[in-house]
Amino acid sequence: MTAAPPELDVTAREALAELLLSVADDEFVIGFWDSEWTGIAPMLEEDVATSSIAQDEIGHAKALYELLAELTDDDADRIAFGRGVADFRHAALMNHARGDWAFSVARRYLYETADAIRLTALARSGHEPLAQLAGKMRREETYHLLHADAWLRRLAEGGADGRERLTNGLVSLWPDAQEIFAPLAGEETLVREGLLPEPMRAMHADWQARVRPILDPMCGALPDATPTLDGRERRTDEFSWLHGEFTSVARSEEAAAW
Amino acid sequence: MVTRGAVVSREERVWAELAQIRDPEIPAISVVDLGVIGSVTVDDERVSVKLLPTFVGCPAIGVMQEQITARLGALGVADVVDVKVSFDPPWTSERITPAGRERLRLSGFAPPATAPTGPALIGLDELAVLPIAECPYCGSRNTTLENPFGPTLCRAIYHCADCRQPFEQMKRV
Repeated sequence: MTAAPPELDVTAREALAELLLSVADDEFVIGFWDSEWTGIAPMLEEDVATSSIAQDEIGHAKALYELLAELTDDDADRIAFGRGVADFRHAALMNHARGDWAFSVARRYLYETADAIRLTALARSGHEPLAQLAGKMRREETYHLLHADAWLRRLAEGGADGRERLTNGLVSLWPDAQEIFAPLAGEETLVREGLLPEPMRAMHADWQARVRPILDPMCGALPDATPTLDGRERRTDEFSWLHGEFTSVARSEEAAAW
Repeated sequence: MVTRGAVVSREERVWAELAQIRDPEIPAISVVDLGVIGSVTVDDERVSVKLLPTFVGCPAIGVMQEQITARLGALGVADVVDVKVSFDPPWTSERITPAGRERLRLSGFAPPATAPTGPALIGLDELAVLPIAECPYCGSRNTTLENPFGPTLCRAIYHCADCRQPFEQMKRV
């Protein structure tokens, strides 16, 4: 992979680093939450599917952390496993434990639909390595979207218990899902330099226009909700627990080369 | 021009060697037939290979990099072997060669569908999923997708209603 174009000034590089970190952390943390289903999903096919999706997401995070490491002269493993809880920049949607199966389906649906819009934009980024990676990720994420969509419909159209669990999950996660499009500090720079082809608020509007016609009839009208300024900074005890889990091996032998 | 001739022949030797290296997850097919070799360039000091992962998170990438580095190093065409992972161009199923598709079929894998079949689903445009897979055992198209996620990231599971065999398809991506 090629290094960042040298013409980027310090402000643009910092903004790009923030963007890369936000997407990478989203993928990394949702990947780890979904990996919590490995071995205990409701059926064998879903055990395989959820594990495979989790592996994809963590693979995407790895590739993004590597782009970031090149840009900031850092190390991808250190970024992934060497940061404290407060240094993560995933959207608040990823702060929650996996919950029951319907809750995980609800989160995955909200995330995949938003991620599809974000990846479509990033595939047009002026940062060529990011555009190439996003284009490739998007093709893989199609399978995730298909899976999330199939499960959303299955639970919504099945029995009352599944439908109730699903809609409870959707309603409770709805505000935090907006935070995938939380404004970035360097966003103006990113848009001006063509690194981010669309501002977050435009992507947020696209996403709402796409999911509301499906979710509103299911859940009753969902409340108005918009991203907030600290949407990628709030952390929870549940995430602190997960962080302890996914850093445990790296912490056990800090000097080891993996 | 004389040097140019020599360079071409070294590149040919590299491609011939690569054609002997198998995919670690589906050993029936070589890395060349799988289409993961994006380019090969050789100069006096260095062999550079661009490796295009089938899936971004494919855990076999590291193994492929190591194998290619070792095998090309032993070939002795240049001192340095440089195998770089790239997404330019992205690997797509269309990169599998006709010979590769045949090898997949012979070892019980349905090759990825070459064209979308079936209606577009949410968010899908250039990539339609759920195409019917042709059974690698009996050739029937009377098959159903059991699970788009299989034992590795790049494989889906189907069932053939005619010969009643489950089989795997290398995913269209």
